[in-house]
Amino acid sequence: MNASAHASTAAEVHQHAHPTWQTYTKIAITLFVLTALEVAAYEVVHRHAPAGLATMLEPVVVEVLLLLSAFKFALVAMFYMHLKSDGKLLSGIFGFSLLLAAVIALSLMVIFMYQYQHAPTANPLK
Amino acid sequence: MADTAHAHIDEHHYTATGIDSRKLAIWTFIGSECMFFASLIGTYLVYKGRDLVGPKPHAEWLLNGVPQEQMLEIPLVTFGTSLLLFSSFFIVLALSGAQRGNRKALIGWLVATIFCGMFFVGMQVYEFTHFVHRGMGYTTNLFSSTFYTLTGFHGTHVTLGLIWLISVLVVALRGKLPPEKALNLEIAALYWHFVDVVWIVIFPVVYLIR
Repeated sequence: MNASAHASTAAEVHQHAHPTWQTYTKIAITLFVLTALEVAAYEVVHRHAPAGLATMLEPVVVEVLLLLSAFKFALVAMFYMHLKSDGKLLSGIFGFSLLLAAVIALSLMVIFMYQYQHAPTANPLK
Repeated sequence: MADTAHAHIDEHHYTATGIDSRKLAIWTFIGSECMFFASLIGTYLVYKGRDLVGPKPHAEWLLNGVPQEQMLEIPLVTFGTSLLLFSSFFIVLALSGAQRGNRKALIGWLVATIFCGMFFVGMQVYEFTHFVHRGMGYTTNLFSSTFYTLTGFHGTHVTLGLIWLISVLVVALRGKLPPEKALNLEIAALYWHFVDVVWIVIFPVVYLIR
């Protein structure tokens, strides 16, 4: 492959269709609404809550907050960071890193929880 | 013609994958940063709720026998969070302007992004100062140490992102960011979005989940 053909192929790969400003605006509004929902869930459960709604939401509030957060994370990664349009290699790099990151966080938590539960004398706080 | 083609190759640093080497590098860097923040968030969660003394993030606590309110100020941080999210919106509009050769849009949205980022850092400085005045130093308890480490490292990343964006703004103001060099802004924008997604995780984990 000569140099100009290589440049052309590379440029074609690089020429990806980024979202339009209308899509960016919709994502921004969605992110804002999701953030408002997160704070509303917190306020309902922990502050001035109508009793019924708070009772219903309290057992699942952590899961709701994590789900909303994950959705916001995915929206920014897919649309603002252009992973949706930039090809699978970059998504693979980011996805694999996130997998490793999750393993690191979970390993830390499991190791320390085990220490707290099974070796209380090793706990420097005791 | 051949010279132009060679110049094009040199300018964009394409790899065998067809992706610009700088873009590949920033994504690899972002991947390593994910693991860095995962260890900080994991540590925060491990020590969450294991304090033997106040201050408490979400509950009343005693200081010299006097009851004190919870430490975290949700309304202020929610406002800061919203501005950081909007800054991600502004920077994609700046990038779009750069790619279309619209200098006015590029500079206007980039300034808006930098303003939002500066407010966020200012909010964190105010928050940290306020906490110290309320008796929460770095070594006061497990919450304070893990909170300052996690949010402090994030704030440092935002500050570095701001310095990067201001540098790009200076280049743009000097008219040296034509559409063919928009990738320079795209790489800075990827880093900026990354600090945004990290905060998307930190905000509920630290401020909203008790």
